[in-house]
Amino acid sequence: MKILVPVKQVGVLDEDFELRDDGRDVDPDYLEHELNEWDDYAWEEALRLREEYGDDVEIIPLTVGPEEAEDGLRKCLAKGGERGIRVWDSAMEDSDPMAISRVIASVAEREQVDMVFAGTLASDHGFAQTGVSVAGRLGWPQAAVVSNLEYQPGASTAQLRRELEGGLEEVMTIQCPAVLTIQLGINEPRYASLRGIKQAKAKPIEELSHTDLGLSDDQVGVAGSASRVRRMYVPEKGQAELIEGTSAEQAQRIAEIIKQMQGEA
Amino acid sequence: MAEILVIAEQRRGDLIAASLECIAAAVELKQQGDRSVAVCILAPSPQDYVEQLSAAGVDEIITIEAAQAEFQSDEFSATLLSLIEQRRPELVLTAHSIDAWGYAPALAIQGGFGYASDVFAIRYENNELIATRAGYAEKVHVEVDFPGRTTVLLTVRGNTFKPVEANGSPQLSSFETKAISARSTHEEYIEPESGGEVDITQAEYMLSIGRGISEEDNVEEFAELAESMEFTLGCSRPIADNGWLPKYRQVGQSGKTVSNCSVYLALGISGSVQHMAGMKHVPNIIAVNTDPEASIFNIARYGVVADIFDIAEELRNHFE
Ligand SMILES: Cc1cc2nc3c(=O)[nH]c(=O)nc-3n(C[C@H](O)[C@H](O)[C@H](O)COP(=O)(O)OP(=O)(O)OC[C@H]3O[C@@H](n4cnc5c(N)ncnc54)[C@H](O)[C@@H]3O)c2cc1C
Ligand SMILES: Nc1ncnc2c1ncn2[C@@H]1O[C@H](COP(=O)(O)O)[C@@H](O)[C@H]1O
Repeated sequence: MKILVPVKQVGVLDEDFELRDDGRDVDPDYLEHELNEWDDYAWEEALRLREEYGDDVEIIPLTVGPEEAEDGLRKCLAKGGERGIRVWDSAMEDSDPMAISRVIASVAEREQVDMVFAGTLASDHGFAQTGVSVAGRLGWPQAAVVSNLEYQPGASTAQLRRELEGGLEEVMTIQCPAVLTIQLGINEPRYASLRGIKQAKAKPIEELSHTDLGLSDDQVGVAGSASRVRRMYVPEKGQAELIEGTSAEQAQRIAEIIKQMQGEA
Repeated sequence: MAEILVIAEQRRGDLIAASLECIAAAVELKQQGDRSVAVCILAPSPQDYVEQLSAAGVDEIITIEAAQAEFQSDEFSATLLSLIEQRRPELVLTAHSIDAWGYAPALAIQGGFGYASDVFAIRYENNELIATRAGYAEKVHVEVDFPGRTTVLLTVRGNTFKPVEANGSPQLSSFETKAISARSTHEEYIEPESGGEVDITQAEYMLSIGRGISEEDNVEEFAELAESMEFTLGCSRPIADNGWLPKYRQVGQSGKTVSNCSVYLALGISGSVQHMAGMKHVPNIIAVNTDPEASIFNIARYGVVADIFDIAEELRNHFE
């Protein structure tokens, strides 16, 4: 019984940044990386199942990304799990979520996993697209924005809650294997222990290329994508009037503005 | 003539507002060139929505009677795939709604469509489709195109396009839903917990706190500040997820929309799309954030680059 958890090392922009020469992305020198917040919750959900149902449950974090993405896998492995998988090579640069989903689905097939827990969305580009695309590729049922899960590994169905707009939730039964996209707040992700962090350094991470997965060059990168970036740009700033000065002056101005607005109302 | 197909959505009998916005986007594109606009609605009684969907510029409404009483992703994907394969529209628009998150990417994979999510601008340049979306926590904009795709599916950000007010008289047609064996079953809805006395959708003045407050112990001082200002206390999602404030105080897509608010003081909130979905319409947003690039400043009327603890301490002196 295996659960695959695709995790993304998201890019966070430095305060000042420059675009790449081709203008299609930010120059990587100006990006910091961290594990996508949603993936922390997805991994926690997998960890819990493993704790509850024992060693028969294997949980595997997978990332599609260059070397710096390994940190995200180590962060997961510091909390549990025995091994991770990282897939990358230069042909995969500029892959969109549809191309990434092909890679994730190929790993799911290669590992013959029983469930995939992805994050609902990644905080960098906010696609909210990769998990459900993986389901489309595998031909599996899927549920997006899962806020509660009752699932016994190996069972043919799971019961879950999907979070809809406005705080409304839907209770749903789904056939397994399935792809679930996990929402914030479904659990409380644990912190890694110092011992766990140390142990994680020694855990194996298998490194694969797209050809190892039997994918051709035109199935990854821009050629394997459903969209292509033409250009990236910094939008014109909104109309915000900046309130400057010491915090005492700023607060005074805020108070004036508020009192004036209340007076008008 | 090339077709733009809009997929309209309802939940529990109500058409979602974002579907009317998608129609507006389609009609706007139609005006740029020789295109027709068709709108489809897959629902248990699809005729119920025809009148609302009959906006000026819509050429055809396609009703599809759903077999499932509630949204079911297999039924949506299979039915829409056969509709799209039959009509071969060059562009398909649907709201970037939670239900669309649940099926649209899989549909695009099955049909081999071009795809982009959460787009807020769409145009043709030399007959080539270009969509704009945001990246890196809303700090940049990204233009994407779809080389070699004959059909492109886009999910459209809410509150971007203004619904068309005038009515038209579109042609009516119907389409059969695809018989499928649904692999997931809707059991029931769970209503959000009510806030009793506190209803942030009615509040006129709001002070909202975000992850910038750092710790649960800090909630109290902002709650007190809100009280002395006679502002209603609201929050972003992490504060509610952590249990630091009840969920009914959460502003945003999965929380509440502050429909009656005229002044919104956002303290330590970055301005994610999902938070802004509940407050970006407020005329007077005052945002305080240490990060001068925070996207909340793009929608605020007044921006204050400062530490919220310093500002809160000073503000107290003005409201006693
Ligand atoms: C389906 C879905 C639904 C969602 N629904 C909602 C919703 O209803 N509401 C919602 O809010 N979110 C929602 N989210 C989550 C959303 O994506 C963001 O994660 C969330 O809004 C971030 O909250 P935040 O701005 O408080 O935190 P962050 O993004 O972490 O921002 C904290 C900000 O505080 C600033 N800061 C830190 N310290 C200080 C200081 N001392 N002084 C001043 N500034 C400081 C930082 O610069 C930063 O900008 C939803 C997500 C999904 C996928
Ligand atoms: N490069 C990647 N490697 C592994 N998983 C990914 C990657 N990109 C996206 N995902 C998964 O897809 C989820 C949603 O991302 P997105 O569709 O980009 O918003 C993430 O939370 C991950 O679970």
